[in-house]
Amino acid sequence: MTKILLIKMVMIFSIASYATIETYQFDSPEQEARFRQLGFELRCPKCQNQAIGDSDAEISGDLRAVVYRMIKEGATDGEIKEFMVARYGRFVLYNPPLDQQTIVLWLGPAGLLILGGILVLLRIRRSTKALDQRESQ
Amino acid sequence: MSRWIVWSPLAIFAVLVGFFFKGLTLDPSAQPSALIGKPVPSFQLTELHTGRALTSQTLPAEPFLLNVWASWCITCQVEHPYLTELSKKLPIVGLNYKDSETAAKNWLGRLGDPYTTQIFDPNGLLGLDLGVAGAPETFLVDSSSIIRLRIQGEVNDRVFQRQILPLLETLK
Repeated sequence: MTKILLIKMVMIFSIASYATIETYQFDSPEQEARFRQLGFELRCPKCQNQAIGDSDAEISGDLRAVVYRMIKEGATDGEIKEFMVARYGRFVLYNPPLDQQTIVLWLGPAGLLILGGILVLLRIRRSTKALDQRESQ
Repeated sequence: MSRWIVWSPLAIFAVLVGFFFKGLTLDPSAQPSALIGKPVPSFQLTELHTGRALTSQTLPAEPFLLNVWASWCITCQVEHPYLTELSKKLPIVGLNYKDSETAAKNWLGRLGDPYTTQIFDPNGLLGLDLGVAGAPETFLVDSSSIIRLRIQGEVNDRVFQRQILPLLETLK
């Protein structure tokens, strides 16, 4: 029983192929590292939630080729991201810059945390006050 | 204070319902094009049938649809009869995307050719500059070559009536 379960669990993972098969030749390990990093940071425009380095979609392969070509041509990471955003919009960035459109995204979690903290503090103060009152009676 | 706390879960619930309700009508795979309001990117490609050079200067000087398609694309075949119908109302320029010349020509020979011009883009160069994620995609372009609308996926009567036609009327 557990064996079958184990096999099934392994099968779940075999569906997604985590390795991309293309081979690219780089001039330096540093270029290759940048290629990998950009592969994680750029989002596949056709997929719901996959990076181009992680996706088998045709368009992801095309965009990897573009990233490779631009790295070889000496473009900076910023230039490559700009190139992608100009064509595919903000959607392609997994790490969007802070501005009016993304401010809720960036500050929302911290804001909620602070709000929660304030609520907890208020509650604690109230209950300790109530406790003090009871003790003083 | 305590009343406020008692009611807050309901308030949070109401806000969530609002978001989810909005989410029901949103298509998560539809993204606004980064090129809305911008001109069709410059390109230098050839016409599929005649082989003559095409650039952004040779685009129609009236509102038209730019339809990205390929012979390997199933949905393109699905929308083809409707595009054929539409081509009676406004010009449709084809962008044959990442296709082979013979396959594209055979496809048009078999299913009919509603396109006024066929931009042959075997390497997807213009496709990349247009931010095409996959065929089919259709752009509404105005008389000064400015992109006004992007449709990802099939163009059918519903899409035309709801999205294309209202914009098209403002352009004419």
